[in-house]
Amino acid sequence: MRPTDISVPDYFHKVVDCQWACPAHTPVPEYIRLIAAGRYSEAYMVNWVSNVFPGILGRTCDRPCEPACRRGRVEDETPDGHGERKAPVAICRLKRVAADYKEDIRHLLPLPAAQKNGRRIACVGAGPASLTVARDLAPLGYEVVIYDGDALAGGMMRTQIPKFRLPEEVIDEETGYVLDLGVELRGGQYVSSLKNLLGEGYDAIFVGSGAPRGHDLDIPGRKEAAKSIHLGIDWLASVAFGHTTSIGKRVIVLGGGNTAMDCCRSSRRLGGEDVKVIVRSGFEQMKASPWEKEDAMHEGIPILNNLVPKAFTHIGGRLTGATFEKVRVEFDENGRRSLVPTGEPDAHFDCDEVLVAVGQDNSFPWIERDMGIEFDKWGLPKVDETTMQSTVPNVFFGGDAAFGPKNIIWAVAHGHQAAVSIDRMLNGEDLNERPAPQTALVSQKMGIHQWMYDNAISGDRRLRVPLRDLNAALKNIKIEVELGFDPQLAFKEAQRCLNCDVQTVFAPKLCIECDACMDICPMDSISFTVNGDEDDLRQRLSAPALDKSQDLYVSDSLKTGRVMVKDEDVCLHCGLCAERCPTGAWDMQKFLFETTYAGPGCRNAGAAPPLPEPPSPPSSEQKPKARRKPRPAPAPDQQTA
Amino acid sequence: MTYLAKPRLHHPTLAKNRVGYTRRDYEGKISTLCAGCGHDSISAAIIQACWELDIEPHRVAKLSGIGCSSKTPDYFLGNSHGFNTVHGRMPSVLTGANLANRELIYLGVSGDGDSASIGLGQFAHVLRRGVNMTYIVENNGVYGLTKGQFSATADKGSKSKRGLANNDTPIDLASLALVMGATYIGRSFSGDKAQLVPLIRGAMAHPGAAVIDVVSPCIAFNNHSGSTKSYDYVREHNEAVNRLDFFPQREEITTEYGEGEVIDVRQHDGSILRLRKLHAEYDPGDRVRAMAYVQEHAARGEVVTGLLYVDNEACDLHQQINTVDQALNALSAAELCPGSAVLEKINASLR
Repeated sequence: MRPTDISVPDYFHKVVDCQWACPAHTPVPEYIRLIAAGRYSEAYMVNWVSNVFPGILGRTCDRPCEPACRRGRVEDETPDGHGERKAPVAICRLKRVAADYKEDIRHLLPLPAAQKNGRRIACVGAGPASLTVARDLAPLGYEVVIYDGDALAGGMMRTQIPKFRLPEEVIDEETGYVLDLGVELRGGQYVSSLKNLLGEGYDAIFVGSGAPRGHDLDIPGRKEAAKSIHLGIDWLASVAFGHTTSIGKRVIVLGGGNTAMDCCRSSRRLGGEDVKVIVRSGFEQMKASPWEKEDAMHEGIPILNNLVPKAFTHIGGRLTGATFEKVRVEFDENGRRSLVPTGEPDAHFDCDEVLVAVGQDNSFPWIERDMGIEFDKWGLPKVDETTMQSTVPNVFFGGDAAFGPKNIIWAVAHGHQAAVSIDRMLNGEDLNERPAPQTALVSQKMGIHQWMYDNAISGDRRLRVPLRDLNAALKNIKIEVELGFDPQLAFKEAQRCLNCDVQTVFAPKLCIECDACMDICPMDSISFTVNGDEDDLRQRLSAPALDKSQDLYVSDSLKTGRVMVKDEDVCLHCGLCAERCPTGAWDMQKFLFETTYAGPGCRNAGAAPPLPEPPSPPSSEQKPKARRKPRPAPAPDQQTA
Repeated sequence: MTYLAKPRLHHPTLAKNRVGYTRRDYEGKISTLCAGCGHDSISAAIIQACWELDIEPHRVAKLSGIGCSSKTPDYFLGNSHGFNTVHGRMPSVLTGANLANRELIYLGVSGDGDSASIGLGQFAHVLRRGVNMTYIVENNGVYGLTKGQFSATADKGSKSKRGLANNDTPIDLASLALVMGATYIGRSFSGDKAQLVPLIRGAMAHPGAAVIDVVSPCIAFNNHSGSTKSYDYVREHNEAVNRLDFFPQREEITTEYGEGEVIDVRQHDGSILRLRKLHAEYDPGDRVRAMAYVQEHAARGEVVTGLLYVDNEACDLHQQINTVDQALNALSAAELCPGSAVLEKINASLR
């Protein structure tokens, strides 16, 4: 193999599995260390710069980071091979700790632009995507106007996520931080014509209107019993606004996604005593996140699988229940799923009300089809995946409106990219050319066996977030059910983080091939061997490198003609290789990766002004001496420190 | 300066051997030797060899003297018996232990100071008695603990870190072992585990006195350009006479061999030492020629490594003095003191 080029930003970025998996590339280990050090405000700001809604995401994120977490690959199995040993760090709920325990951070936020730059941007929908665009552009001097049919900002975060998961104050606080940047919210102004909006002279329009239309179920009885059958997302919105305050005693929720989980749990709190979720697919194939299924079942809600709804039963329009065909799940050789009837008699379940949460769609009745915005056959706009630009150059899409329902963190990532596109476009630059990320690699060495990060590996298992007593939680739909980690629990959980951003950097010129690193490595990640092609090398390392999605770090040729090969897969980043290296050929260096946001830094013409020194990393032993090299400025225009 | 314990987490494919242990189960405490010390590599080779041999850790007794090398038994086989003896006196303590309990596997770990200076006499005698053991000398040519004076194995003319040349004739422990009658003699290099691990496996299975002289660079005091025990020097001057593969009795030999003559040496217990010759004229069954060969090459500044000598008819101290099969420490009072009638009989026979 050719020697690894570690100067390519993606190489070390990929080693930080959580950050790589996060659509917004939040520097996860960085803020987890700050949380462990009790520096909650700084941890919050690291998040805020990257994902805009730390308090909201810390409660509701889909957490693509957690399945990616290295901890889930390196922990021991329990002796019987089952149990909960291989568990990722509770990244999401640690983020909430930063939000819960921070001090007033308003002085750390950017100020509204002192001078407007004369450009006007309209955002359609006040959800996470639009708010991100606004946050990135308003401090630069853009005049940003957000339109929403609802009076308050937040979009689906406010209307579809139940308050027992996400209290209203958190939404108010974090949408407020964005609006306070001088962003104008025109609440209650539903945009009914894109043409008209364009006609108002905006320089660019960002569409972040979500996927607001719930799928319906067109089966017998649907029309007759309509009064007791509700579309999940509409019903949740109606609950959120306080229009709906009760539900029948027996409720069936149809669907297996996270919306279905929110529906059933809300029903339990509004008077539903016998609430069940009925899903077409098998349990494993359900779209809902595992933890959301777990939370529902914890509240006494059974999930019944492999049942396809056939008809709603009613007596003279009064809903009595629903019948279901029993199926089993089969996969063909391409892995495509099909539901095959088992031939057993249909099942009937009695109920008083039904919530239908079987998917949602985009809906753009307000976009004129003759104005140049092209749609594909599924009714989705044609949008560039990198620039978020539509077929009309100054109209951009993001969030669920762009590629169909995803989640909040994707909406934020889209928002950042759209803001970069808009900023470049309005500065006369090619928006297909994207700004490089900001990276820095800083040695963590303080002395012999002393590092600027805590390199001891915690043996603790993943901690559970304390919950409110179930009876109390079910009494009031506005009472938050999760209590969150307290600082002690947060510290313990934070210590489980392996600091994957502290990279093992190898200098082949210094290596004397003494084998010390290879001998000490607890994970057998390091080998010294003759070079070969990748498939060959992977088989003959100290331990086989089986996960091809994880790279091999291959050095230049060493004195004996061999190369050093490190399998990045299960490295603990414990730094023992560097501690045992007599020549400093191994060093532990912190890799900081930050997406470049809108502003001078994203433009070819504009050089970024240097930022103040970032928060120094926590150290349990002593303050780091002034040995650190200054890192290049991260996000320009955002006063993060 | 704190030494972080090696995390217990391990690679997902880490395998268990026939007695149910992973390689990690043969580790000891974290090493406090200098970073890059050759001794740590030897510890890793011992761990690997014991795991591959399916040895139950509680069946091993590891004994050492004083010095950097003699600290190392703390860093491997954490669940074995250990005895850190007086300086240079490990061989007599090992002999005593072996006499009392012949059922353990004895591993003596020593250094060039402990074995070639203060303990030279002990080293010679334990070999001529044929005590069944594996005696590993971690040989770096300097007194590391006292800041790098020449040891008795430092080559004549080699230079200290400060540039001073050594005028004394070196003691070559492999040659001495050949003279003193050891029945399994190897030499190796800490930086070559592919060679060292099979040598240790063969030695531990050898039913007699086995010695391995392992050149082990001292990073702090003897890894400079004037040294003959540095990583670079040994790599440049290493003359391996053969490559050893060790096959325990039960293992079928499936390895394919390329060029070069292969000889099999079957030991008492049925295990096989398979040697692939790298020097065509070298015969590891000929003690006298081995001595000459090692000395000739040493005179040219070369370090001959590999299995230098093995006696497949080796016997040990217990056979020579005809002890009972049972471990002496397991004999009961009745067997040890058979009564006055038996004493009378013995006395009568001597009259």
